[in-house]
Amino acid sequence: MGEFPLPLTDMLGQNGAYLVYLVIGFAFGYTLEIAGFGKSTKLAAQFYLRDMTVLKVMFSAIVVAMVLIFLTSGLGLLDYNLIWVNPTYLWPGIIGGLIMGVGFIVGGFCPGTSIVSAATFKIDGIVFVLGVFFGIFLFGETVGLYEGFWHSSYMGRFTLPELFNADTGVVVVGVVIMALAAFAFAEFMEKRFGDRTQLTFPRWRFSAAGAVLAVGVTTLLVGQPTNADKWAAIAPEQEARLNERAVQIHPMELLTYMNDRGIITYVIDVRSESDFNQFHLIDAHHIPLASLLGTVSDLHLQPDNTLFVITSNDETAATEAWKILTAEAVPNVYILEGGINGWLTTFGDEEFKQQSFIADHPDDRLAYAFPLALGQRFPAANPNHDVFEDVEYTSKVVLTIKRGATSGGCG
Amino acid sequence: MLTQRETKPYVTPYVGGIVLGIVLFAAFFITGNGLGASGGMNRLLVVVEDWIAPWHVDRVPYLIDMAGGNRNPLDSWVVYVTLGTILGGFFSGWRHGRLKVEIDKGPRISNRNRLLMAFLGGTLMGYGARLARGCTSGQALSGGAVLSVGSWAFMLAVFAGGYALAYFVRKAWI
Repeated sequence: MGEFPLPLTDMLGQNGAYLVYLVIGFAFGYTLEIAGFGKSTKLAAQFYLRDMTVLKVMFSAIVVAMVLIFLTSGLGLLDYNLIWVNPTYLWPGIIGGLIMGVGFIVGGFCPGTSIVSAATFKIDGIVFVLGVFFGIFLFGETVGLYEGFWHSSYMGRFTLPELFNADTGVVVVGVVIMALAAFAFAEFMEKRFGDRTQLTFPRWRFSAAGAVLAVGVTTLLVGQPTNADKWAAIAPEQEARLNERAVQIHPMELLTYMNDRGIITYVIDVRSESDFNQFHLIDAHHIPLASLLGTVSDLHLQPDNTLFVITSNDETAATEAWKILTAEAVPNVYILEGGINGWLTTFGDEEFKQQSFIADHPDDRLAYAFPLALGQRFPAANPNHDVFEDVEYTSKVVLTIKRGATSGGCG
Repeated sequence: MLTQRETKPYVTPYVGGIVLGIVLFAAFFITGNGLGASGGMNRLLVVVEDWIAPWHVDRVPYLIDMAGGNRNPLDSWVVYVTLGTILGGFFSGWRHGRLKVEIDKGPRISNRNRLLMAFLGGTLMGYGARLARGCTSGQALSGGAVLSVGSWAFMLAVFAGGYALAYFVRKAWI
């Protein structure tokens, strides 16, 4: 896999990266304008079934972008994990959408189209933009009154293939077919209610529909890469890091970061539930290997300054987990060197270590016997950093900035 | 008329849609981000708020995220997409002879009422867009293309809201 997304800031500097976004915005504004989206009467006609330009443009843009995104993802050119997928807050989204629908038919624009309209000197567009600013201002002042609702019905990164429990390719083809049906419906309505002299139905649209459907079916046949495929693509490079022990961090390095207020440590404990209950690091997240893939999208939504550290009893299971997460492009993932056993050897008190050590423990099993399942109430779960200040280690963590997109259009 | 250029017709909707789809794909492919509009407008507004009333911005949680303390609300990609949208819209309007100071409206509504409704509609749009965490561009278009469940629910809600009210405001448009 090539580098995705392009490291624009590294390549071009901050200003260069912003210039790229400026060019993308330029293309966006230009396209909206040539489609007629700067004209409120044309947009509003959508709701009287006279001119279905809004539906046609939006749905054709969605299906074209969609088939290209999932085809390139299937071919390994683009990593779907690193694409910004708007997290689902179901009810705020629906209520906000209804309010916007009302605003659309009352005012004649949506925010993007009003910008284009204002840029072409339409007075109604300019006034609408002022209204948008006022609405945004009102929101900023009032959201505090119902903060709870605004954050409610959060479902994280939730996608249609997950909702329907279907293969991504099947959903892609299904959306294409649904869009084609919507176009047929739109044309039927336009012929019935619209001004026939103004409408054009070019013959090539059938070929275009066939082409998009063909790309969709190709996407379905190619399939999306599995975790194993993704690991295979990066294995030579990443195996080397494992062998050089570049990603196994000393317990003291983890403890130091746990006490660093600028860094969020996210400890992932992949052991069995009984081991986890016996003892685990403070605030560790219990995620067995089998359910690790299901948490990837949540891990991607953690803040930029999150350090993920995987623990098993020794390192075997943790290394497997590391491969899974690295293949899914989760940033800043490390393995606790020596696992929980290494942690206890470093931070457990001497008496405990002498009494509880199991000399012939199998690999990746607990090396210490716990009299009680104390979990994180056991003292070594949260050692006092100052007591162990002298423990020496080689620092290995290099925090990288997320490669993926960090926010959507909501900025 | 600000230009002597002949006014050219709009492109066929499917052409607009296909080009827009390619632009959207390019945005995702190059940057990992989709397109957006309301987020950029939000941040441009916060610049003004931070300029007029920084003490206020520093106390409202929603605003702190964008402009609290030393944070610069312009330091975000979506601002540049929005500025680009203005330039692109203007350039196309100029090239196709559509830069005209005018008010688009239905035949049965006065200028004053059209502008009042534009302001009211804009207010609702701005408010709803922040509530829904994105507008037609950032949620419906971008989120729809990457198959976000919330974005599809949002899109259906926008159309539902529009169609539900369309009959009652028909005098404004037809």
